[in-house]
Amino acid sequence: MLSVENISYKIGRFELKNISFTVDKGDYFVILGLSGVGKSLLLENLAGLLKPDSGKIFLRGKDISKEKIQDLNISIVYQDAVLFPHKSVYENIAYPLKSRGINNVKELVMKYAAQTGIADKLDRMPETLSGGEIQRTAFARSLASGSDIFLLDEPLSSLDSKSAFELRTLLRKLNREGITIIHVTHSYEEAISLASKIGIMENGKLVHVDLPQEIFKHPKSDFIAHFIGVKNFLKGELKSIPNNDLKEFNVNELSIFTLTDIDDGEAFLMISPDEISISNKTQETSSRNHFKGRITDIAPARIGVDITVNIGLDVIAVISASSLVELDLKIGKEVWINFKASSCKIYK
Amino acid sequence: MISGIKNITPLHLVFTFLGGVLLLFIVAPVAGMYFNTTAAGLTETINDEAVRNSVWLSIWTSMAATVIFSLLAIPLAYILARKNFPLKNLVNGIIDIPIIIPHSAAGIAVLGMVTRDSFLGKAADLVGLKFVGNPAGIIVAMAFVSIPFLINAARDGFASVPERYEKIALTMGASPVRVFFTISLPLAWRSILSGLILMWGRGMSEFGAVIIVAYNPQTAPVLIFERFTSYGLKYSVPAAVVFVTVCLALFIIFRMVRKKKDA
Repeated sequence: MLSVENISYKIGRFELKNISFTVDKGDYFVILGLSGVGKSLLLENLAGLLKPDSGKIFLRGKDISKEKIQDLNISIVYQDAVLFPHKSVYENIAYPLKSRGINNVKELVMKYAAQTGIADKLDRMPETLSGGEIQRTAFARSLASGSDIFLLDEPLSSLDSKSAFELRTLLRKLNREGITIIHVTHSYEEAISLASKIGIMENGKLVHVDLPQEIFKHPKSDFIAHFIGVKNFLKGELKSIPNNDLKEFNVNELSIFTLTDIDDGEAFLMISPDEISISNKTQETSSRNHFKGRITDIAPARIGVDITVNIGLDVIAVISASSLVELDLKIGKEVWINFKASSCKIYK
Repeated sequence: MISGIKNITPLHLVFTFLGGVLLLFIVAPVAGMYFNTTAAGLTETINDEAVRNSVWLSIWTSMAATVIFSLLAIPLAYILARKNFPLKNLVNGIIDIPIIIPHSAAGIAVLGMVTRDSFLGKAADLVGLKFVGNPAGIIVAMAFVSIPFLINAARDGFASVPERYEKIALTMGASPVRVFFTISLPLAWRSILSGLILMWGRGMSEFGAVIIVAYNPQTAPVLIFERFTSYGLKYSVPAAVVFVTVCLALFIIFRMVRKKKDA
């Protein structure tokens, strides 16, 4: 649907360099990167608001570098400065419809407002809305502009966690309904929760594009590993246990206990390496998860030492150098790893 | 946070005193003028057709100058706020020239431009328009000295509108013209309105440039000056009081309307 070929764009000392990727219809592509790596600049190039110095962008098979912005049918939603402040929710949603000379404005505004859950606030001015309501209105307005591709620039960053959760649900729904989404963020939680494909941006370059589980499993650079800060990232199936507040997360042959209120079904599990302890014998503790495995790697980390233990799959624990000596850990040695059900973070 | 009256320090007292002296400096001469005017003198002046005509001439020519030249000033202000181009600083400097040059010199400059021997004067002559000694000349002179106030206010107004609103509107199928009239202009309107009021007020009170381009028909400032030089202070004060009252009344009305709109 959208194909970006080697685009470069220079502004001052900063440069987007040779960026290429493709996004298929129905994709949810999340571009992950720290602030200032050029994510917003890339989006503005895609939206036609900035013209790349070199390279090409094809939308629906057509080179759009010469097209007028208003003919592109790409919608952009920013983190802030989102709604026109002098227009009500209704007028904001109606704006693209009126711009395109569409007749049944009222009917369509109602339809899109209902789709994004803002239909009861049509008379309100933006300054009286919450952050979540502002973004819902912005999404309704993007739908009204007839776009089937949304460019989202950190749309959830200024929201509280409850609103962000609700908006993520809405974005997934819109995506299922056929909207292709390119979403830039610095939050890996957003990326995990939403993306069907993730791109990592670093210093104006898109350094890695892959499926979420691959990105987190096999970071292709120190930057990614450091930036993501995620080492134990698993894709599996979440299942309730009758008469128990714990749930089972099944991956390969393993069953991991988790404490979560996320619904059953396909999910991602993350365990921070510093939440995992290593022992030479099985222990009786409050930790619900104990697995026997063999050490496959020992590597110095930024702080402490990373111990990779294969328990059917590789799990990384970080321990202090003194623990390494005291427990006499070596590659090939059989050990136990232990972690609490509550230290397993589940994402859908 | 604005601190309350409890937190006043000696420094605040000194500043308040200095500020009070300044306010008195503005208010006292104007108030003195009112105290030195008798009701009889004021009635006589109001009934004087020449005074009434001059006040009306000042009002409508300054409004005309503001409206006509705003059509040129607002687009320029938008370009200055949104675009970077070579010699932009020079353009910004040029805009402020009318503020810094003596207004009599401004009048001479304008007169040179609109006199019958000039290109503009000749062209206007062809369509039967005269500048010198004519309201058209007054309008040009008023516009010349007051236009920087509008351009500067409008430029600041447009600059304070986040460009993202315009970009979003463009991606929604709005043409650049529609974006300007539905997004940029309404959002910058408060500053533009301030600029329009300032320009209009400045134009209406202009004396130096106007008297050189058009001694007649007489605007109110020229009439006040003429009464002063011909008959002295006593006879010029009632005319000044009438004009100042009209200016203040209009100024207060505009500010109230603006405030109401903002609320």
